[in-house]
Amino acid sequence: MNGEPTKTPEPNATPAPASAEPAQPARLAPATVVETPFQRFLSEYCESKIAVVAFFVFLAILFVAVFAPVISPQNPYDLGQIDIMDGRLAPGDTTFDGATTYWLGTDDQGRDMVSAIFYGLRISLAVGALSGVIALMLGAIVGLTAAYFGGKIEAAIMRLVDLQLSFPAILVALMLLAILGKGVDKIIIALVIVQWAYYARTVRASALVEREREYIAAAKALGLSSWRILLRHLLPNVLPPLIVVGTVQIASAIALEATLSFLGIGLPITEPSLGLLIANGFDYMLTGKYWISFFPGIALLVTIVSINLIGDQLRDVLNPRLRR
Amino acid sequence: MWAYLTRRLAQAIAVVFVMAVIVFFGVNVIGNPVDILINPEFTEAEYQEAIRALGLHLPLHEQFFVFLGNALEGDLGISFVWGEPALQLIAQRLPATLELAGAAMFLSIVLGVPLGMYAGSKPHSWVSKSIVSSSILGFSLPTFWVGIMMIMVFAVMLGILPSTGRGDTVLVFGIEWSFLTWNGLTHLAMPAVNLALTNIALVIRLSRAGTREVMLQDYIKFARAKGLSQRRITLVHVLKNTLIPVVTVLGLELGSLIAFSVVTETVFAWPGMGKLIIESIQVLDRPVVVAYLMLTVLLFVSINFLVDVIYSLLDPRVRVSGAR
Repeated sequence: MNGEPTKTPEPNATPAPASAEPAQPARLAPATVVETPFQRFLSEYCESKIAVVAFFVFLAILFVAVFAPVISPQNPYDLGQIDIMDGRLAPGDTTFDGATTYWLGTDDQGRDMVSAIFYGLRISLAVGALSGVIALMLGAIVGLTAAYFGGKIEAAIMRLVDLQLSFPAILVALMLLAILGKGVDKIIIALVIVQWAYYARTVRASALVEREREYIAAAKALGLSSWRILLRHLLPNVLPPLIVVGTVQIASAIALEATLSFLGIGLPITEPSLGLLIANGFDYMLTGKYWISFFPGIALLVTIVSINLIGDQLRDVLNPRLRR
Repeated sequence: MWAYLTRRLAQAIAVVFVMAVIVFFGVNVIGNPVDILINPEFTEAEYQEAIRALGLHLPLHEQFFVFLGNALEGDLGISFVWGEPALQLIAQRLPATLELAGAAMFLSIVLGVPLGMYAGSKPHSWVSKSIVSSSILGFSLPTFWVGIMMIMVFAVMLGILPSTGRGDTVLVFGIEWSFLTWNGLTHLAMPAVNLALTNIALVIRLSRAGTREVMLQDYIKFARAKGLSQRRITLVHVLKNTLIPVVTVLGLELGSLIAFSVVTETVFAWPGMGKLIIESIQVLDRPVVVAYLMLTVLLFVSINFLVDVIYSLLDPRVRVSGAR
């Protein structure tokens, strides 16, 4: 976000003079504290305890997902490490010789559920984040183009966006997967197509406002190219709403991927995401072996709720109308 | 008015046509129907014969017009798996899905409106706060996992509700309904609640916001001053004015309920068209997939069309700006 043409004179990240800005709210210790925009963002974010908790929970989930191969008790997909004799053990049971304890039980193949969930989180988060980032970039470019050029291009793009948003996400995904078939690449494509329209709409709405501002007129007067104005001037200024929508969208992408994988039309069984773990456990549910579905579901739930809580707080902090 | 109507109708037909193109070419170009339809042990002569019989020797655009012509006559092909016309197959499953969606809609109103109104009229009580926080949970919880957990608690652990299937049905007007028998009702209960969860949360939020707004209006103050009982004010004056946005949004949500029934029907083995489409995608039963997608597109376009027409009847500004 560097080089951002700020709307209000704010102290930049460069060493600021000791005099605090007069517009700075008086709730802070007067004159001695100088806040960079990032520090202000941080202190506003931390006003909600639950959002701070959610952030650390999410950080822990991210850590588990990234370092799953290192911290998991076993590699659940290495057939040498699992023993089918340990299949469907209840949480807290140990192996026959008592050497290993399965804190969350095992699945039908004798996989340790803790390890399976760690690996599952890795796949779920990777698919959700990757599709979210691609959709964000695609939506941002399309939305910016629509807002900046206007006219027929804008009308055509927005008609497409409206058309797609008139169908529920799950139906669009279902349609795409029915056409494309199964696979990691296929589900990422489907999630990108489902999500891009939300980003495009958000970006266009805020870019329409920004387009009319003086700094854009100034950039045009300087004779800068359209692409330069779009990417270096317009884009940084529409980032805050984009980040908020992005957070919520990644949570819903993770939920949608889990749902589709559960239905058996998402990821293939070679990529066992949380949704597939839950689907697998569902087969044993009726015999009372709840843990194979229950714990992956809790992991999924905690992930989605923590991302949503972070998104909620970001919305409040980044919303210019709530600027205090 | 007529100008607006014709314009909007032409738009709706165009959307259906575009979706037909996408679905047909998507299903027939990306996947090769020959591989699935034709026995690999056929001789060359039998192979050519089969291709001719299926009309696959024609150029793709001619195949499309054959498909379109047949579709207009209500013929969307014959299921590979069931050997019955795809449309008939779906039509048989439609009542079960509609019953489920209708029950979910009913539940979201009878549970969502009172809870939301309570939370709106007493915003500071702890009951209201817990209603609001559980409604946030209603948005975050993955539907399929909640369904599994409901089966675990009510069918496996408590054993008070049947886990899957539709139960006994009664034939009324030539259609089988399960909500008219006790056995059918017990089968309907869990799927209906599961499908309704997101909508209950939505209705709670809408009616809470509506109630808070209406409570501040002058006519409520006047009603109080007139000495009406709190009960009458809530049940007549507040309720009536809160319901307007709720009904509007729920009308639009009916389509999503039908789309989302795919998930609930798979979890509870409810014999509706959602379960059929998932099974058909898994076994690559293309005619059924195409028929389902076309029908759902038609349904959504019709719902959106009707909503727009009703709006234009209620609000003249829409048809004036729309007829430009």
